[in-house]
Amino acid sequence: MRAAVIVFPGSNCDRDMATALTAAGLDVTMVWHKDTELPAGLDLVALPGGFSFGDYLRCGAIAANSPICRSVKAHAERGGFVLGVCNGFQILAETGLLPGALLRNAGLKYICRTTPLKVATENSVYTSAYTKGALINIPIAHHDGNYTADPETVARLQDEDRVAFTYAENPNGSAQDIAGVLSANRRVLGMMPHPERAADARHGGTDGAPFFAHLTQALASA
Amino acid sequence: MKARVHVMLKDGVLDPQGEAVRHALGSLGFDGVGGVRQGKVIELDLDEGTTEETVREMCDKLLANTVIERYDIELA
Repeated sequence: MRAAVIVFPGSNCDRDMATALTAAGLDVTMVWHKDTELPAGLDLVALPGGFSFGDYLRCGAIAANSPICRSVKAHAERGGFVLGVCNGFQILAETGLLPGALLRNAGLKYICRTTPLKVATENSVYTSAYTKGALINIPIAHHDGNYTADPETVARLQDEDRVAFTYAENPNGSAQDIAGVLSANRRVLGMMPHPERAADARHGGTDGAPFFAHLTQALASA
Repeated sequence: MKARVHVMLKDGVLDPQGEAVRHALGSLGFDGVGGVRQGKVIELDLDEGTTEETVREMCDKLLANTVIERYDIELA
């Protein structure tokens, strides 16, 4: 199983993501944002957290228009798997691969703490390790994680079982407590919380470990 | 030539920063501020003859996120 982690200027969770994917048995290549082609034969592309391009203009807006993102978009449109965490979710929303947008947190403050998430669906390679309704403790670290979309879009996401995770204690004002959403083909996931920061006992929590361990198996059979 | 692009959150999209500014004005003693919306202004230096349509394309592709924002273009 092969994965690529895209590195933008200002990414700061790229190595954490690579470590979690490697620990789960994936063969990981780091890809610089100015590259135009992804390595051949990828099973997964991961967009990591951080502050790509200093969050200038809007979080993720400039990264979404970088050369590699054209290839990431093509990979997703071919049915490839893409995982975006935190800034990666913001980038996926800016590319239009996922609906909605991430606004400034309702309380205006940057929030960095571990928060309980509810698993909202088991039906994806990213969430099938968990039981629907299970609570998992995963860190968040963002200033702009307030998920918003028009009411019809939010209703559609819920009807189509495309909400992956919700916040048990909504920290940022997100519509319907949404913490992560899936694409229509369920292969693109964007989420604000960081499972890669709860993937090893030394992180202080391991609730994110099944996310990665099961992802490898699920990709193999996808 | 120049273009000035005004980007604002769409009506109905909550603007927590504008709300914070409204509260701050109230605590400074400015009564009667019913609402504050905060946006941004982007000034572009352009080659002569650049069309409004091109600027519109810039807005749709990068300068604004039309999921949550609207924009107005002033050409000068």
